[in-house]
Amino acid sequence: MMNVTGILTAAAVVSLVGIFVGLFLGVAGLKFRVEVDEREAAVLAALPGNNCGGCGFAGCSGLASAIAEGKADVNACPVGGDAVGKRIAAIMGVQATDREPLTAFVHCQGDCGKAGVDYTYTGVQDCRVMEFVPGGGAKSCNSGCLGFGSCVKVCPFDAIHVKNGVAVVDRKKCKACGKCVEVCPKKLISLIPYKARTAVACKSTDKGAVTVAACSAGCVGCGICVKNCPAQAVSVSEFHAQIDMEKCTGCGICVEKCPKGSIVRI
Amino acid sequence: MDNVKELLVILIGSSLVSNVVLSQFLGLCPFLGVSRKIKTAAGMGTAVIFVITLASAVAGVIYRFVLQRFGLEYLQTIVFILVIAALVQFVEMFLRKCMYSLYESLGVYLPLITTNCAVLGVALTNVQKEYGILTGILNGFATAAGFTVAIVILAGLREKMEYNDIPQAFRGMPAVLLTAGLMAIAFCGFSGLL
Repeated sequence: MMNVTGILTAAAVVSLVGIFVGLFLGVAGLKFRVEVDEREAAVLAALPGNNCGGCGFAGCSGLASAIAEGKADVNACPVGGDAVGKRIAAIMGVQATDREPLTAFVHCQGDCGKAGVDYTYTGVQDCRVMEFVPGGGAKSCNSGCLGFGSCVKVCPFDAIHVKNGVAVVDRKKCKACGKCVEVCPKKLISLIPYKARTAVACKSTDKGAVTVAACSAGCVGCGICVKNCPAQAVSVSEFHAQIDMEKCTGCGICVEKCPKGSIVRI
Repeated sequence: MDNVKELLVILIGSSLVSNVVLSQFLGLCPFLGVSRKIKTAAGMGTAVIFVITLASAVAGVIYRFVLQRFGLEYLQTIVFILVIAALVQFVEMFLRKCMYSLYESLGVYLPLITTNCAVLGVALTNVQKEYGILTGILNGFATAAGFTVAIVILAGLREKMEYNDIPQAFRGMPAVLLTAGLMAIAFCGFSGLL
C-alpha cells in the first residue's frame, strides 16, 4: 500500500513553496525594478558573440551596454565590421559612419635566415617571459619578433602564425580585433588599413650600425625612402622609417628604393 | 572554552581539511570555469562567500522553524533548492537596486552561483551534522572561504601555465583538471591538522 498522504503532502509543500517563492520574486521584481534599456538586449543579439574583447569592453555584453548608453560607436565591433554596424545603427536609430577595414601587420621580417642569434635559448616558449631573459631574448635584434608565438596563442581567429621564426598575419582570416597588438611585448604589431599597399617591416630603435649587425633586413634609417616618396608620406623617427597611411598612395617607389628591403609590398 | 574550540574546529575543518572543492568535489563548475584570472576568481570567491553565508542562514531558519515544526524534514533537499534559487535571484535584484557598486563587482557571478551545488551542499551538511543556526552560518562561511582559497590558488597556477608549452593533448581543460587533482592531493596534507 503506497503512502498516498506522503505523496500529497510532498506535492502540496512543493507547490506551496513554489507559489510563495513565485509571488515573492514577482513582488520583489516590481519593487526593485531597474529601468533596463531594451535596445541593449537588441544590440547584444546583433553582436557576433565571440566575446573576443577586441572592442576594449568586457565581452559583447559590455559593448552592448556601452552602445546603448551612447558611450561607444555603433560600429565599435571590429569583428562584425560594417554589416553588424549597420544593424546596430538601425536599432539605435542613427546613421553608421563607414569604417575603414583594418588588418594586423607585424613590423618585422627578421626570420631565422635574416636575423642573427646571440645564444641558444631553451626554456619557457613564450614571448612575454623574454623580458626576464638576458638581452630580451636570444635574437640579436633588440626590437625584433621573438617568434615564440604569444600572438598565435591569443588570436581567436587562427589568423597569425610563426613562420621561420617570425610572426606572419593571415590577412584573409584577420578580423583586426587587436588582441595580438596588445599581447606583443615588443609592440611590433599594429592595425593598418586593409587596402594599404606598402608597410615598413622593421621597428628597430637601434642606431644603423647596430641594426645592420643584428639583421640583414633591418631598417637603418638612411632616409632614402623619405627623399624618394612623391607624396611625402614616409618619415624616419627613432631610427626607422614610418609610413603615414593617410598620405600613402601605394606607388611602391619606397619599396624599390629601400637598400635593405625593409619596406615591403603587401 | 569548549565552545570556542568547537567553532575553531569547524572553521579550519570546513575551509581546509575537508575543502569543499578539493575533497568534497562540490562546486567544481565555477572552480573550473571562472579560474582563468586571479581577479575574476577572487570576485567569484567573494560572491560565493556572500551567498553561502546568507543561504546557510536562511536555510537554517527555514529548517528549524518550518520544516522541523511540521515534521517535514524529509523534504529538505527540494525545499532548499527552491529557496536558495529564489534567494540568489532576490539578492541580485536587491543589490542592483540598493547597492549598485556591490552589484557591479559581484553582479556577473551571482547568476552563476544559482547553479553552484556547493551552496546546497552546505545547507544539507548543516542539517546532517545537526549544527545550530549560528554554527551553520559559521560553517557556511568557512566552507565558502575554503572555496575562495582553492579557486584563487588555481587561478594563480593557470595564469603561470599560460606561458608554458603544454603538449597538444593536454592543452586547455586537461591541464587544468590535472592541476586541480594535484591541488587536491596537496590539500590532503591538511588532514592531519585536526
